[in-house]
Amino acid sequence: MCSLLVAVPALALQPPAAQSEFVPAAPGASTEQLPAAPLVIAAYAFVWVAAMGYVWTIGRRLTKVEDDLRALERKAGKAAR
Amino acid sequence: MKRLFAPLVVIVAILFVAVPYLIAEAPYESTMGLVQKIFYFHVPSWIAMYTAIAVCTVASALALFGNRKDADAYAVAAAEVTVLFGLMGLVSGPLWGRKAWGVWWQWDVRLTTALLMELIFIACLLVRKYGGPGSEKLAAATALFGGATAPFVYKSVDIWRTVHPKTSVVPELLKGSMPGSGLPFALSAVAFVLLATLLMLLRVNLAKRQMALDELYLTYEDGTV
Repeated sequence: MCSLLVAVPALALQPPAAQSEFVPAAPGASTEQLPAAPLVIAAYAFVWVAAMGYVWTIGRRLTKVEDDLRALERKAGKAAR
Repeated sequence: MKRLFAPLVVIVAILFVAVPYLIAEAPYESTMGLVQKIFYFHVPSWIAMYTAIAVCTVASALALFGNRKDADAYAVAAAEVTVLFGLMGLVSGPLWGRKAWGVWWQWDVRLTTALLMELIFIACLLVRKYGGPGSEKLAAATALFGGATAPFVYKSVDIWRTVHPKTSVVPELLKGSMPGSGLPFALSAVAFVLLATLLMLLRVNLAKRQMALDELYLTYEDGTV
């Protein structure tokens, strides 16, 4: 009896089994309640924004490094003279 | 490497223009419908992250044990790209989960360990930035630790009972469980891996220019110039 009292909630709290494969939808399947399009668009948009944002940060940092290199090379050239 | 750059840019651009059309044509999944199409960016972003983790782990080992300065440039580049693509996966996943599971987030083993792995690589970058002199070695050690967690994160869905789809989903898809889905997924994965490679090459170039600047500063301060 005790083991049943422990086992039933323990089994009930288990998460549902994970999917092991995707199955194509049957034609004429029921419509969705929560619109999926905004979620799909947001996911794709984030990927694009993140990638472009990273390229922009690399460009900005590279410009600064190149400017510092040129300034230091000019200083070094003046000191050598 | 420089000769690879322009062709890589062209190939990645072509793929990222073509792949969305193929994804739009792919069939809907029976239980999830339209939202399942996030899969075509979500999984490839993790594949790209794992590619970057592999590069980071090898480069960090070479920098730490081989004492190779150029390896350090690859390690930092790969660590940043790892964090970037991990972020893509951690944002696209909850957007998918909100519809598929009804919740934005679940503290199940795959999601939790993936978040922890991302935090390890963020820690690696923070150590490098704020750790002071010699922090490159500590960052390399942190990256090795992050790389060691990667196989556990991948296999977690097969070992523990979890709400996240299992690793068999992708092989089954490529074998034809959902006709019309294999090609867009494969091309998207290739596009993401090539994009990760491209971004790593860009970042390596920045790291090498930074090293040249540091060398010049040291030489100038020494007074030998």
